[in-house]
Amino acid sequence: MSRSPSKPPARPRRVALFVTCLVDLFRPSVGFAAVKLLEEAGCTVEVPPLQVCCGQPAYNTGDRATTRAIAAQVIDTFEGYDAVVAPSGSCGGMLSHHYPGLFDDDPAMKARAENLAGRSHELISFLVDVLGVKEVGARYDGSVTYHDSCSGLRELGVKAQPRNLLGSVQGLELREMKTPEVCCGFGGTFCVKYPEISNAMVGEKSADISSTGADTLLAGDLGCLMNMAGKLQREGSAIRARHVAEVLAGMGDLPAIGEPERG
Amino acid sequence: MESTAHAFKENVGHALADPNLQDSLAKLKVGFSERRRQAAERLPEFEALRDRARDIKNHTLAHLDFYLEEFERKVIGLGGHVHWAPTAADARRIIAELCQSVNARTVAKSKSMVAEEIALNEHLEALGIAPIETDLGEYIIQLRNEPPSHIIAPAVHLTKDQVADTFLEHHAKLGFDKRLTERNDLVAEARYVLRQKFLDADVGLTGANFLVAETGSSMLVTNEGNADLSNTLPRMHIVLASIEKVIPTLEDAAVLLRVLARSATGQESSAYTTLNTGPKRPGDLDGPDQYHVVLLDNGRSSVLGTEMQEILRCIRCGACMNHCPVYGAVGGHAYGWVYPGPMGAVLTPQLVGVEEASNLPNASTFCGRCESVCPVRIPLPKLMRHWREREFEKHLTPKAVRQGLALWSFAARRPALYRRLTGIANRVLALFGRADGRYRALPLAGGWTRFRDFPAPQPGGTFHARWAKRKA
Ligand code: SF4
Repeated sequence: MSRSPSKPPARPRRVALFVTCLVDLFRPSVGFAAVKLLEEAGCTVEVPPLQVCCGQPAYNTGDRATTRAIAAQVIDTFEGYDAVVAPSGSCGGMLSHHYPGLFDDDPAMKARAENLAGRSHELISFLVDVLGVKEVGARYDGSVTYHDSCSGLRELGVKAQPRNLLGSVQGLELREMKTPEVCCGFGGTFCVKYPEISNAMVGEKSADISSTGADTLLAGDLGCLMNMAGKLQREGSAIRARHVAEVLAGMGDLPAIGEPERG
Repeated sequence: MESTAHAFKENVGHALADPNLQDSLAKLKVGFSERRRQAAERLPEFEALRDRARDIKNHTLAHLDFYLEEFERKVIGLGGHVHWAPTAADARRIIAELCQSVNARTVAKSKSMVAEEIALNEHLEALGIAPIETDLGEYIIQLRNEPPSHIIAPAVHLTKDQVADTFLEHHAKLGFDKRLTERNDLVAEARYVLRQKFLDADVGLTGANFLVAETGSSMLVTNEGNADLSNTLPRMHIVLASIEKVIPTLEDAAVLLRVLARSATGQESSAYTTLNTGPKRPGDLDGPDQYHVVLLDNGRSSVLGTEMQEILRCIRCGACMNHCPVYGAVGGHAYGWVYPGPMGAVLTPQLVGVEEASNLPNASTFCGRCESVCPVRIPLPKLMRHWREREFEKHLTPKAVRQGLALWSFAARRPALYRRLTGIANRVLALFGRADGRYRALPLAGGWTRFRDFPAPQPGGTFHARWAKRKA
């Protein structure tokens, strides 16, 4: 979606958070970080309680009927909000780029899907591109490397936005990988359907991450992060993985992904 | 060639355990993508050219019958012949008959993936006609009796040392009994051996990158010049090409060539671009006496007008595989047939059947890097997803996957139930102990925990549970 910089859209006030399944189940702090960032940027955030999943597991397995049913449910749930924001390029991209194509044979539903698509955003690009956020007031003492998750990067053009905001975090040093844009091998169900290939891919990723010398890995999608964190930890690496929203929201002192509670 | 696409998972196992292959792939992954990136950056209009290339191919596909017939008329007008081959068997028969009509004993071949597709070499050999591969990479794998592993770099899976061993084994009887270690020496030796074979060949057979309807020309790009010898020295030149290779004009060819070489190897243009336009004319110094074009359909026309049509835009540059992390991990042979990588994952199910090749469109993370580099902007992930949909409709999706999905979707369509289940899952996972913050093994997640730790959920319940508390 391209927006002309000269004509910023009316400022969305009432924002619905699309929590995503993984954040809901494994790392609620990412959701709270998203709420904090959005509120600080002047939004009123609501979390529609009946939201479930964006439907990708069915979509990527080729089950179109189930995908449509889930998409219709999501379209209902998120009706009426100025914007729908997900802390994930993958789920955000599903809403903004894939839903309309599911209803090619149903003009009424297609129009509703397109309406939702136009209001749906990945969190960081929403903050930067739509709300015009240029800096955050957070501090993070460490060196980080940022992995470009595939859907965010290639479907939504999320590349400079997180780096720009990270640049405003006190104490943070960014060290780029050689190939931050190469897939980590997660791919949703791919990683359990083809575990050996997925392992080869994430092994290469972890080598690239380690070679930066950074002490922290950041990304904008929890699935990719769980995959990379799991690999780094299996290899005995001390590198910590966090969602970029946590660091931007000043929640970088929580135990990292896969780390025990400090007690 | 015989497909082993059904054995994709076993093929993957072998590929991942092959150190020579992994060595070669490590080089390929960096080299090709870096060269393409630089070439694209050097040409400011590259993205606009990609749009034009896509449009040219779309236009041609929309009028394919018209341009094919125009091409045929032109070739006949030049004194050449056009043969229509609906199936691979038809193409094999036509080519064999042409070879037999001039009592050919050897055929000099220059890179043709379509020849691999129709398993031409095996067929000719059975008839006592020796096919000689003249492209260096093709020649190497012919000596080793292996299929190609890449559409533009057929021997890319081999290391230099493996090539040295192969040459020593096969060339010693020709007097080359020293094991060479330098790349240039290996090329020189192959050149010498091949030169004699060119001179002996009765028929030259080449593929084509493009067939130009307005002139009746076939167009071929190579970096070795071998094709030029295949089509000028022998008495008969056969061009074997699939129907979607036709394009309207030379002007169009110029656009496509500009994106082809840059996408493939990062070159501005390939070293040799050859146009063949009919047989030798009176007054020509050289050229074949007979010029034949065999046009292969092999199921392509049935793709026209379907949701898969876009794959017919493919100009076989190889960029999608060069940038594919799955190809980069397992190489081309794992895909089990002629066309590997993302374009193969779309084309192979079409050509050998989705039952045989059901794994290929599934073995992708949909990372989208292929689509982002494809010079004719084929939405490869979308087409792979279409295959998954057809598999799902045909009940080819593995049973465990279907059952898991059915359970999940039952819950996902009932938000209140789903909410209760995630709450339970959150607590059950906690039961497995979150003292370490992660699990080294987890029931039902062996595919994950064999290679990775699995992070434990944060304490305190799901996001929705905590949000409800916060609001209360
Ligand atoms: S699908 Fe696109 S990138 Fe792949 S070989 Fe064909 S033209 Fe090249």
